[in-house]
Amino acid sequence: MPNPSAPRQAGQNQAPEVRKHNFEEVTKTFTKEEALAEAERCLHCQNARCQANCPVGVQIPAFIALLKEGKVGEAASKIMETSLLPAICGRVCPQEKHCEGHCILKAKFGSVNIGMLERYVADTARKEGLLKAPQTAAPTGKKVVCVGSGPSSIACAAELKRLGHDVTVLEALHAYGGVLRYGIPSFRLPREVINHEIETVQAMGVKFKTDVLAGVTIPVEELRKEYDAVYIGSGAGLPTMTGVPGENGVGVYSANEFLTRINLMQAYKFPQTDTPITVGKHVVVLGAGNSAMDAARCAMRLGPETVTIAYRRSAAEMPARAAEVEHAQEEGVKFEFLVTPKEILQDEKGRVTGVRFTRNQLGEPDEKGRRRPVEIPGSDFVMEVETVIVAIGQKPNPILPKHTPGLKTTDRGVLELDENGSTSLPGVYAGGDIIRGGATVLLAMKDGLEAARRIDSYLKGEK
Amino acid sequence: MEENTILVKEDLSDVVSKFVIYKPLIAKTAKAGQFVILRGCEGGERIPVTLVDWDDKQGTITVIIQSIGKSTAMFNSLKQGDKFANVAGPLGTPVEIKNYGTVAVVGGGVGIAEVYPIARAFKQAGNRVVSVLGARTKSLLILEEEMRAVSDVTVCATDDGSHGQKGMVTDALKFIVEGGEKIQAGFIIGPIPMMKFTSILMDKLGIEPHASLNPIMLDGTGMCGCCRVTVDGKVRFACVDGPMFPSRTIDFDELIRRTSEYKPMEAASLQQFEKDHVCKCGLH
Repeated sequence: MPNPSAPRQAGQNQAPEVRKHNFEEVTKTFTKEEALAEAERCLHCQNARCQANCPVGVQIPAFIALLKEGKVGEAASKIMETSLLPAICGRVCPQEKHCEGHCILKAKFGSVNIGMLERYVADTARKEGLLKAPQTAAPTGKKVVCVGSGPSSIACAAELKRLGHDVTVLEALHAYGGVLRYGIPSFRLPREVINHEIETVQAMGVKFKTDVLAGVTIPVEELRKEYDAVYIGSGAGLPTMTGVPGENGVGVYSANEFLTRINLMQAYKFPQTDTPITVGKHVVVLGAGNSAMDAARCAMRLGPETVTIAYRRSAAEMPARAAEVEHAQEEGVKFEFLVTPKEILQDEKGRVTGVRFTRNQLGEPDEKGRRRPVEIPGSDFVMEVETVIVAIGQKPNPILPKHTPGLKTTDRGVLELDENGSTSLPGVYAGGDIIRGGATVLLAMKDGLEAARRIDSYLKGEK
Repeated sequence: MEENTILVKEDLSDVVSKFVIYKPLIAKTAKAGQFVILRGCEGGERIPVTLVDWDDKQGTITVIIQSIGKSTAMFNSLKQGDKFANVAGPLGTPVEIKNYGTVAVVGGGVGIAEVYPIARAFKQAGNRVVSVLGARTKSLLILEEEMRAVSDVTVCATDDGSHGQKGMVTDALKFIVEGGEKIQAGFIIGPIPMMKFTSILMDKLGIEPHASLNPIMLDGTGMCGCCRVTVDGKVRFACVDGPMFPSRTIDFDELIRRTSEYKPMEAASLQQFEKDHVCKCGLH
């Protein structure tokens, strides 16, 4: 019998005092006992709201039922019918906004820990050799190229391969995974988890190639000639800066640069690796989204005295995943709310010495319903820091659209799609952050899956 | 033939080596002024290097590398038949090639190699090309013959006077202009102070100056923003908006400050590499 009132299992975390000195994963995968206890809490609702609110429609009650019967491999296959990256989604999806946010148990007993169950199933099936690459349909003879190897492109590539198409993924950097690789730190998403998920897609027969900046190394026009369809999932690789004076001072990083140095280039292992990184005694991170939390927690692990998140609104408006904020706080990251940066101060050598902020109070709600920050005159103060990390958002990387005549973008720089999900060029589809600007891994995957089905119809001549 | 294989490796001096690398995709689309990013091995840095030449028929690209840190020292220890782990490109905006009339092309040190394809492209576009090549000393002055082949006038300058005129490229340029040469535009590649002072001089002489900037880069695709430079009061990304910019309004001092950020770490890393290298090969 289900046991919904049993306490929600949260998994074991590395102690904050320990983990703030390493890049190992913070939360351990459930033990078998924890997984089964948590699985017992699920009521297996008939019209499961968790499943209805999953952007990729993971069959949640069904996989949990298989898990309870001890059929971990089958549970993994059940998840992978709609989501090919379960070990990644289990770790980085904002479950509180999707499945867990709609669990019937949420109000009374706390939601089922669906993310951790998904992760347990994926990790255990992998470890026990029970994970099967999905079956692929008979070859259709059609060729598709996916630009980028982030979550949206990989989801699209795998789905197209499953439908029998010949698929190639082109990555501009030297390693696969896109934002999973350069953006998300290993203490949230271990590198071997990314490697394993990519290997699964490779095992299906999808071809991968590094060092190809599509649109430049190979013009999109050429890709259109060589392939029957093109999917653009080139992501949000363009940092937004604040524009305040002093932003080119020595010691100012964009979150992209800071995270890329640490996550992609493994700069925290310098000089064992060759890319350097340095932080001062005091670090401030501007912004309070997931990248800001990642940057602050990475900075913490480089050993400064203080790391502070400075945000122009209040705690309630922070866009980051709740678990990340909590983990950052536990690790000693400080928070300075309701402040707007006005100037980055430098010494005579151009090195950062501090940031001048103005304090805010909350005003009327904006169009998204978040209360707007209103500056308080005369409230300026200086925070003394040697390192500033700007993590206030992302825009789509403009390099591919810029080099592709006829590919239309909106004034926000995102690609324009018609009602069929096609770009302004026939046979060229797009999804993920290149059409959203800066969203989540899961929404990127959803776009990739949907585009794969549209591309399949297009290739079959159904439009 | 495997991509990224070194087909020819030639040492041009103690610290400068030339590589011909098999990379058909880049050879096909490369243009003057663009660069590639090289990575030697797992754990290695991504190092931007300007393209010196490319051959679509052979599927090859040519780069010339000066050993200044651990990564470039490691590159220059590679041999014919070895492979780079990664070669990505062509990156950056090509130099706009048009007929100005007369252009000055100024290269300093290994910058001579980098400015060579630009000189050649301007020559092919019908310009009179005046080349000024500078180096500390004769052994570091590379590609003189190649530059002469695509230039109408070539003047060399060395700091110690061991080859050509004694002095800086600025002295040589002044000399040429005083000799009656009317120059419309200038393109400079070399050490940052040399680009700064050549740019100032060109501006005074009524020559429209351009300089190719070499800030710290990571991805080279506009994603990380660490190559931010200030041009005409605006923040630009050298990797995608450049690397060549009209240089009258470049904040060169900021560029010098930003490129020195990791100097101490880089020096320590090079020292360690040289120490380990002695142990491994026993030749030093």
